[in-house]
Amino acid sequence: MVVRFWGTRGSIPVALTSADIRDKIVQALLKASGRSFASAEEACTFTREELPFSVNKTFGGHTPCVEFDLGGDEYYVCDMGSGARPFGAHLLARQHGRPATVNIFMSHVHWDHIMGFPFFGPAYVPGTKIRIYGCHDVLEHAFRLQQAPPCFPVAFDQMAANMEFVQLAPGKKQNVGAVSVTPGLQLHSGDSYGYRFEIGGKSVVYSTDSEHKLDDVDETRRIADFFRGADIVIFDAMYALADAISVKADWGHSSNIVGVELCQMALAKHLVLFHHEPANSDATLERLLMETRRFEELTRKGPMLTVSSSYDGMEIEL
Amino acid sequence: MSLAATKNGNALILGLKGRLDQDNCDEFRDALAPHLDSAGRDRLAIVLDLSQLEYVSSAGLRCFMLAVKQAKTYDGRIVVAALQPMVAEIFQISRFDLLLEVFASVSAAVNAVSSLPPDTPTSPA
Repeated sequence: MVVRFWGTRGSIPVALTSADIRDKIVQALLKASGRSFASAEEACTFTREELPFSVNKTFGGHTPCVEFDLGGDEYYVCDMGSGARPFGAHLLARQHGRPATVNIFMSHVHWDHIMGFPFFGPAYVPGTKIRIYGCHDVLEHAFRLQQAPPCFPVAFDQMAANMEFVQLAPGKKQNVGAVSVTPGLQLHSGDSYGYRFEIGGKSVVYSTDSEHKLDDVDETRRIADFFRGADIVIFDAMYALADAISVKADWGHSSNIVGVELCQMALAKHLVLFHHEPANSDATLERLLMETRRFEELTRKGPMLTVSSSYDGMEIEL
Repeated sequence: MSLAATKNGNALILGLKGRLDQDNCDEFRDALAPHLDSAGRDRLAIVLDLSQLEYVSSAGLRCFMLAVKQAKTYDGRIVVAALQPMVAEIFQISRFDLLLEVFASVSAAVNAVSSLPPDTPTSPA
């Protein structure tokens, strides 16, 4: 299985500006310090091996969309943020006209998590089966509402794919195609749901848009149980802890610090920071990753927890 | 979690020892409550001496934040001082160094919150 991140930013899509690109080029030229490269390949090797991620690449700006690629014609994806547009293009290119089944698991229906659906190419292809799973009773209403006049020119019913909405129950494990999935209630305005997937002996938890109240011991234990032993935990690390529990308390998001603590408690193996704050630059996000790894090292009592920061286009093989 | 209290001029110095995490947050809050009352009554600033604090979790940091908030209700002031390197790093990574007033030493903290010179000997509260 490959976990592929199509959108990793929270709240609203962002894009690099021309000034951002210029700054990256300037930093790369300074680092090269007059060196010349005999080929594009040699130059690529330099960027890959000698430039930091924040200069060589970008974390990207699409809102949440994460695919679990099991191969074949059936697809599994969490959320339909703006990352759903490139995901849809990828799917259509791979299918070469063969009909696909797409299983979509919705954390909740806030705008940043549904805004990609009107631009999800497979939804316009006859023969595509789209199953949208979630625990909110307003799931279908929200998808239809964002395409209703005057918000969007193409109504939901004009999309050619075969659509179905499937209600899931929190805490109840269900088999969907090749995966077993258990939703878990999370603290967020209007509620959100995390998903624990069991796929071919591996477990992946998708937990975004979730606030964790530090004084609620029972709730902390419940969340740790949900994460228990997971191979990957994709975690809402939008804010610094100091912000998350003071000026941004009750905004429904969490921090890198709490992500490490919960994963350590759960003996999870790999924490992936997700739902990046739109105001954070590539350099800031890279620094946050380094600090999170240091915090993990400082507080480690058991096995090492691998810490990564998600970026648009990132792939993790399991 | 133990809190050793000493008074220095206008400052009430509370020394924390051990670890502060979700398991003993309530104990810390209970231990702190009477000191908050007396500091409010006697118009004293509180200096939390963290030189013996080995570890603080997110829940423990939240306790500090709540204490500072509570002190502000009576125009009081709580600062932290003498963080061990590991605790100092946790403050920095969590950005609590921007949320709370942090001093390198207890004497620097006392100097900042009190009109008395920092080297004045302390006495039991």
